[in-house]
Amino acid sequence: MPRPLEPVGQTAKVTLGISFFVLFVAAWAYATLGGYVSKTFLADPITMLKDGWELLTRFGFAYDIAMTIWRVVGGFILAAIVAVPLGILMGAYKPVEAFFEPFVSFARYLPASAFVPLLILWAGIGETQKLLVIFIGSVFQIVLMVAVAVGQTRRDLVEAAYTLGASPQGVVRRVLVPANAPEIAETLRLVLGWAWTYVIVAEFIGSSSGIGHMIIESQALLATGQIIFGIIVIGLIGLISDFLFKWLNQRLFPWRLA
Amino acid sequence: MAAGLGEKLVIDGVSRVFSGVRGGAPTRAVEPVRLAVAENDFITILGPSGCGKSTLLRIVAGLDRPSAGRVLLDGRPVTRPGPDRGMVFQSYTLFPWLTVTDNIAFGLREKGVPAAQRREIIAAYVEKVGLRGFENHYPKQLSGGMQQRTAIARALANDPEILLLDEPFGALDNQTRGLMQELLLGIWERERKTVLFVTHDIEEAIFLASRVVVMTARPGRIKAEVPVDLPHPRDYRMKTSPQFSELKARLTEEIRAEAVLAAAAH
Repeated sequence: MPRPLEPVGQTAKVTLGISFFVLFVAAWAYATLGGYVSKTFLADPITMLKDGWELLTRFGFAYDIAMTIWRVVGGFILAAIVAVPLGILMGAYKPVEAFFEPFVSFARYLPASAFVPLLILWAGIGETQKLLVIFIGSVFQIVLMVAVAVGQTRRDLVEAAYTLGASPQGVVRRVLVPANAPEIAETLRLVLGWAWTYVIVAEFIGSSSGIGHMIIESQALLATGQIIFGIIVIGLIGLISDFLFKWLNQRLFPWRLA
Repeated sequence: MAAGLGEKLVIDGVSRVFSGVRGGAPTRAVEPVRLAVAENDFITILGPSGCGKSTLLRIVAGLDRPSAGRVLLDGRPVTRPGPDRGMVFQSYTLFPWLTVTDNIAFGLREKGVPAAQRREIIAAYVEKVGLRGFENHYPKQLSGGMQQRTAIARALANDPEILLLDEPFGALDNQTRGLMQELLLGIWERERKTVLFVTHDIEEAIFLASRVVVMTARPGRIKAEVPVDLPHPRDYRMKTSPQFSELKARLTEEIRAEAVLAAAAH
């Protein structure tokens, strides 16, 4: 047995990570191909891949994927544009925090998916409604997490900046923002992951495109292979965006790793 | 006490009381302190830990407010931190996202010094603190001694009226500490900046200063002021001279009584 907190080697790490995927698919294949689970309820991996191929080549699933990505990214960017500056202001200026914090803390527990029916009444079933679901789901989370990060800036760095002649605005611009930039980027990465759940729910209702729309249509046809393929595509896109974010963060903030 | 001739800094009856935590009794950190620092002087404030010497320095820096009394720099009262009082902290306070060069440039940029002049000043201070070749390193890539040298350069590059140092070498190992003292003293001997240096290390206090101010255990007040008449330039060999040993013996006696009191109080 390894000792607690003892690091694992690079090769062993990769091997272990991959082997769970293999084990998972093997168990799935065993249950379905072995006939232990009815095909009606759960497609086997091979059917899933065939269905997926068909979706992509015959039913224009690539367009649905593109629509979903655009909705997530669009709504998320809108949320970030509002939330990051507000979060920085709240973290830096305590009266601003006292004004917004109670409401934001309350609002972040409002389930974004529960707003879908209301938003359809307000904004119809067009793209605006989809973007709004993502926006509502992300904006309050980002505001709070950024405010907390900025509020926890090392006081001695702020004091050092003052003794070097920085003005209060200078402290915000030249200390609070750069000191917390990596944490803000990390917050965005995290919340982007959550935004994916909201978009699928938004696409379940009143949508004519997107991965969520495909999944709900497939349910009517009992096409479990397609549903699983859709879910896996979401997971893969999430994984890729996560990698991109991490890579970008490392490029943007070399001082953290130096 | 009015600011007399040549008095750069006057600490005029400054005291500091911290209000009690959860209804407890308030803590008297600093009792009324009077201290005048002449232009170009190097003063060390020596005291046991927790005696309020850092609080006093923070008040001079404008990072803390006195409960009573005032601090005058060139006759003007200090109300908030400013670039006229450069500070070096005990904790490593370089901005981790800036390179050595950009850390030193921080105050210059704030002042709006043009880029060409900025480069010149930075190069001069990088040279003075012996960091050539490390200009583009981030603080994480530097040793503790190098980080404090950068912090000294950062404070001096701003050309403050007075340099405040709060146990800047406290976290360094003994050998590095000795070298840093010589480096700082060398800079002072050339530039004669007014310096207020807080420490609990007796040798350090004597070696650097022209006057050692001894503080009592909490609540801190000034117990003694001991002039140090060792000639300049000083080097490390002086630490073993008879005159140095005599001063050390005397200050050891002064500070020992306070350390005993402080230990009893904690």
